[in-house]
Amino acid sequence: METEILARIQFAFTIAFHYIYPPLSIGLGLIMVIMEGMYLKTGDKQYEVLTRFWLKIFAITFGIGVATGIIMEFEFGTNWAVYSRYVGDIFGSALAAEGLFAFGLESAFLGILLFGWNRVSPKVHFISTVGVFLGSMFSAIWIVVANSWQQTPAGYHIVGEGFEARAEVTDFWAMVFNPSSLDRIIHVWQGAFLAGAFLVLSVHAYYLLKGRYVEISKKAFKIALGLATIVSLTQLISGHSSAEGVAVNQPAKLAAMEGHYDVSAPADLYLIGWVDNESQEVTGVKLPGGLSFLVHQNFEEPITGLNAFPKDERPGQVNAVFQFYHIMISIGMFLIGLTLYASLLWWRGTLFEKKWLLRIFAFSVILPQLANQVGWFAAEMGRQPWIVYGHLRTDEGFSQEVSSNQILFSLILFLVVYTMLFLLFIYSVNKKIKHGPYDEAKNPDEFLKYV
Amino acid sequence: METFLGLDYPTLWYLVVGLLFSGYAILEGFDYGAGAWHLFFRKDLSRRIAINAIGPLWDANQVWLIIGGGALFAGFPVMYATMLSAMYVPFMLFLMLLVLRSSAIKFRSAEEMPWWRMTWDIIYFTSNVLISFLLGVVLANILQGFEIAENYSYTGGVFLSFLNPYAIMIGLTTVSLFMTQGAIFLLLKTEGRLHARLTFLLKKGMIFFIVSFAATSLYTLVFLPGVTDRFKEYPISFVIPLLAFLAVANVPRLVSKKKYGNALVFSSLTMSFLLMLVALQLYPVLLPSTISPNYSVTIYNAASSQKSLGIMLTIVLIGAPLLAGYFLFLYKTFHGKVKLDDTSY
Repeated sequence: METEILARIQFAFTIAFHYIYPPLSIGLGLIMVIMEGMYLKTGDKQYEVLTRFWLKIFAITFGIGVATGIIMEFEFGTNWAVYSRYVGDIFGSALAAEGLFAFGLESAFLGILLFGWNRVSPKVHFISTVGVFLGSMFSAIWIVVANSWQQTPAGYHIVGEGFEARAEVTDFWAMVFNPSSLDRIIHVWQGAFLAGAFLVLSVHAYYLLKGRYVEISKKAFKIALGLATIVSLTQLISGHSSAEGVAVNQPAKLAAMEGHYDVSAPADLYLIGWVDNESQEVTGVKLPGGLSFLVHQNFEEPITGLNAFPKDERPGQVNAVFQFYHIMISIGMFLIGLTLYASLLWWRGTLFEKKWLLRIFAFSVILPQLANQVGWFAAEMGRQPWIVYGHLRTDEGFSQEVSSNQILFSLILFLVVYTMLFLLFIYSVNKKIKHGPYDEAKNPDEFLKYV
Repeated sequence: METFLGLDYPTLWYLVVGLLFSGYAILEGFDYGAGAWHLFFRKDLSRRIAINAIGPLWDANQVWLIIGGGALFAGFPVMYATMLSAMYVPFMLFLMLLVLRSSAIKFRSAEEMPWWRMTWDIIYFTSNVLISFLLGVVLANILQGFEIAENYSYTGGVFLSFLNPYAIMIGLTTVSLFMTQGAIFLLLKTEGRLHARLTFLLKKGMIFFIVSFAATSLYTLVFLPGVTDRFKEYPISFVIPLLAFLAVANVPRLVSKKKYGNALVFSSLTMSFLLMLVALQLYPVLLPSTISPNYSVTIYNAASSQKSLGIMLTIVLIGAPLLAGYFLFLYKTFHGKVKLDDTSY
């Protein structure tokens, strides 16, 4: 196979695997901050038990996130050397800031968070929890800024020609706050909160169904449900704002998301569909003019379609972009419905009476994860054929001196090691969940030993 | 070109990167070093204590690699891209070993089964030794130069060419240096019989280090004559090898007096002086081309723009004191001998 394709497969695989973990760390981080904060405020030991329990799962998640993240940091250089030289001046400062401000904060406090229970006061421990959480939030900022700059470059100029060409910063803050970064950071944070909240919802729904740890599970479930309801609703706003930005800054991507080909015509909004790139037709359930309405608040307003761009300057995998985008939206809508309904029951005081609802929650853990993944797939595949939108093509960005055999070698290594890592992750998280926050059978009041 | 304290920005950033990699070598030096002794401890409890000695610290120490890599990418993107793509295989192995090492720390003590622990112990030991070895190998390859042609394109071998005799020697020296550093660190964190065993092991480690250090130095002087050019040019710079030598000699002296804290300081200084030696010899080159000096990657042709370097230097000025603060707090919290409790690995 070609070097470029292999490099792309490797990048997609390693980043998708990596992206299972940081959102969980961010989301669980916030929930632990709330739980430990409640403990400090109320002195209720049940919150301490919950914090300690989720900390164990957080530790594994965070660890795998860091380990697979280091690989990403160096993979730009190994597999995308031309791209790295091109964007280093811009991307680099974001990465340096991330390392110093975000990773320094989170990793130093992580030691205290995980091993400091018996060494520091509860207040200092809480500060460490907050430190790790903030660190993970910061790291999301810088990495999304860098990616957003690739989508919507700003605050730069191109220096040099041919091989020597590269982007250089002219305005740091314009680079940081490029047209898409704010919307996308918020959207990514929200996706992360949902990933964490739904893991907590799932595990405690499982306990409630089994009749285990009932009291603390109700507390945890309510914390996570409150968070999930607010976030899934507000994510609509950031999502909409993000799409409006795409309409202005990356029209080819927007057109691909809805399979809209006509150069200039009102565009439809599909609930579900299938794009045939050859015949340029979409089969599915649609709201005519819906996309026009979303972007321009007018069903008749034309939207630039894919055919307005030369064939080699628009995404090739239109159907894939369409599907990934629509899966994300459908999941988002489902989560809104689910959390709103559950919140209604909570308000009525009958939340924990409906077994079927708890069962849905127990399985829903997979949904935000899936939405996070396909959302990124849509964003990244929709940017193609550009690696830096409008400036550098993906097929120019990879390392010219690296052979396909080398990449094949590392790809196989990644497959083996990551498969093992994933199995270990599932095994150990499952074991911790099965074991529970404390050994209920032996000693139902075990958590009181902390009193 | 803009300057600060009389130094131009690329030179300043060269110092920043050098400082970060020294910090990485010193801190992860004792982490990797401690792990490279792992199978020399016989009892399961000893192995657990050794892992928990670095338990709360290793993740933070590893941040120096992450920041160092980021700093290299940020300040010298051409160096970052050229070095990593030219040394594809060793870096991929290095990264994979880092993942295995982290997994071993996390999962080793999670189960009781002997086969489980033995498997992870072997993975942990091997990954620590090989990571240290590969770091030396990369350093040696940089010193010897790469086959870089026009447009920073690497034209050398792709699979095993990085494993030349000099690289193997520096690799072994790095392993021995880290093992010395690791044993001294563990002596500070342990008590009783494990402590006694470590005093015995440390002696072996120091012999290993001094032998490989002497052999490598000799090899360098005989086979890489160019390596001493800079020092002939500026005789004053001979003070650095002299300091390195004194630091090396001071370590066994302090160890025999059981002043392990000071010994750790001096073995850390050894690493810094040796890296300074390399940095001074190379400056302003980052990656010598063996084809033509015109194709070498230097701090000037590899650097980001003045504007960008200025921003990053500002980031460092703000971030470095914060980072120092976190580290002081962390190390203060976990000062003293290892005590296993319910939060330990």
